[in-house]
Amino acid sequence: MTEEIKTIVKEYILHEFLPGEDPNQLTETTPLITGGVLDSIGTLRLVLFLEERFGVALQAHETDREYLDTIAAVAALVHSKKS
Amino acid sequence: MDTLQGLHQLFIRAAQWYPDHTAVVEPREGSVTYRELARLSDRVRDRLHACGVRAGDRVGIFMRKSIDAVATIYGVLKVGAAYVPVDPGAPVARNAYILHNCGVKVVVMEQRFEARFCTETGQLGTVPDIFLVEGTGGGMRLHRALDQADAQQQAPATETAISAPRDLAYILYTSGSTGKPKGVMLSHENAVSFVDWCSEVFEPVTSDRFSSHAPFHFDLSILDIHVPLKHGATLVLIAEEVGKDPLRLAPLMAEQQITCWYSAPSILSLLAQYGNLAKQDHSALRLILFAGEVFPVRHLRTLTALLPVPRYFNLYGPTETNVCTFFELPRPIPESRTVPFPIGRVCSHLKGKVVDEQGCEVQRGREGELSISGRGVMQGYWSLPQQTAGAFLTDNDGTRWYKTGDIVVEAADGNYTYLGRRDRMVKRRGYRVELGEIEAGLYRHALIREAAVVAVPDEDAGIKIKAFLSCREPKRPSMIELKRFCSENLPLYMIPDYFVWCESLPKTSTDKIDYQRLNEMN
Repeated sequence: MTEEIKTIVKEYILHEFLPGEDPNQLTETTPLITGGVLDSIGTLRLVLFLEERFGVALQAHETDREYLDTIAAVAALVHSKKS
Repeated sequence: MDTLQGLHQLFIRAAQWYPDHTAVVEPREGSVTYRELARLSDRVRDRLHACGVRAGDRVGIFMRKSIDAVATIYGVLKVGAAYVPVDPGAPVARNAYILHNCGVKVVVMEQRFEARFCTETGQLGTVPDIFLVEGTGGGMRLHRALDQADAQQQAPATETAISAPRDLAYILYTSGSTGKPKGVMLSHENAVSFVDWCSEVFEPVTSDRFSSHAPFHFDLSILDIHVPLKHGATLVLIAEEVGKDPLRLAPLMAEQQITCWYSAPSILSLLAQYGNLAKQDHSALRLILFAGEVFPVRHLRTLTALLPVPRYFNLYGPTETNVCTFFELPRPIPESRTVPFPIGRVCSHLKGKVVDEQGCEVQRGREGELSISGRGVMQGYWSLPQQTAGAFLTDNDGTRWYKTGDIVVEAADGNYTYLGRRDRMVKRRGYRVELGEIEAGLYRHALIREAAVVAVPDEDAGIKIKAFLSCREPKRPSMIELKRFCSENLPLYMIPDYFVWCESLPKTSTDKIDYQRLNEMN
């Protein structure tokens, strides 16, 4: 389940924010917000994508960087919401 | 017309008149009355004086937006110094450069920045004195730091400075085309004339609740802080993280019953699209002011449909003049309107004219560069006499006109319309970005041989930034590596959206990078 979420999130980030990047460069621990991949609008778009794609509702505090800074963190958050 | 000359004197008078009104609210952290803020800023004044700060000095503020930071601003002004706020989210090296560049006597700083700041400034030469605050929030941490310092040695009470109109009140650093930020020097007269103009047009009252959305190193903060605190109104500080997130921001605006909102258009566009504004009570709002970049009409129409009651003003002006023209939007927005609204007429404390490349005034209806003179115009750039001289036209009678670099045209009704820039500066989320500063940041990467940056129009984001690069070695850094590198060397709003690798960048016949061809490659 978590692996599937990771794959979907990774594809989304590569497609939307890193077009042309070698997929192997984006690992589940690559810092997204603190590493400059996602700016504030990018983070918002990711949140909206997660809500729509996985049918979850994120609470206001869950849009902080500690929940969204890596693919692993994002997948854990989505998984916890779905289970 | 007000006769007070010092920016802090406006607040001091309000504190005498409305001591028990709430001056500043920091959601989830606390609030302070005018009396409490006056007292806290007096203590900062006394402590800074004890640290050796005197009238005419500069004091750095390196802390998160908070009641602690507002009290520090007034403490600095009360001791007669100019405050220099830096972006706590920017690379420490950039902030160290800024504070070193203008020779601050003391930096009031959150402890978490201390170690890296000392390392960075140590490399530049001298490390200024630091007054450390453990953290920020509600003013309590600043109180504690002052208590601890007093316990070691009580700071003697001093007099509040009576500043002269030409004395510097603050220095705001903006992006510089050479790769180094430059300090715009604003005097008390510059600031007070602007604040008084705001009083005249926006008619603040004690029951108003102003938003503070912009960070304090951004010139929108001058209106945010000093207008409400002149009038006994309340300033509501919006934390940086919340301020970027329409899902959290919209309910906060409703809960805090904001009456006067001021921000760059980008967050208003996001609020209109994602803020669920129709589901909240925003009936307190009476003014929506925006500045810093063009507001796409499509999003503006959505916003005004969702929030039909408040008056909307497009404010325009570079940091060097603060707001210098303004335009009140017609309501409702006509269906036929597809191009952005004008930037409007010149504010009453300033004068404007449109000039050609030789500096001669052009006829109404002809394109030219907007130039501004009057009490709101900056003193110059810190320690950059050549750039200062180049920024002004001087009339035979000695009147100085600041050349904004913005190309405008004046319509028959006296309103100016913005057409574009004369140089390579762009606006991103309201921030000024010199594309040359991004290039200079990219050149710091060991593998980058050539770097050229262009701005590409984008319907949603306004612009996107594209960097064209060539590499010293066959193995190029990944895009992730480049973004990470940029995040460590540039403010976040300067990180390019796209990176394009070339074998070598196209050149003109004189062997300069051919920006026209790069733009055509888009």
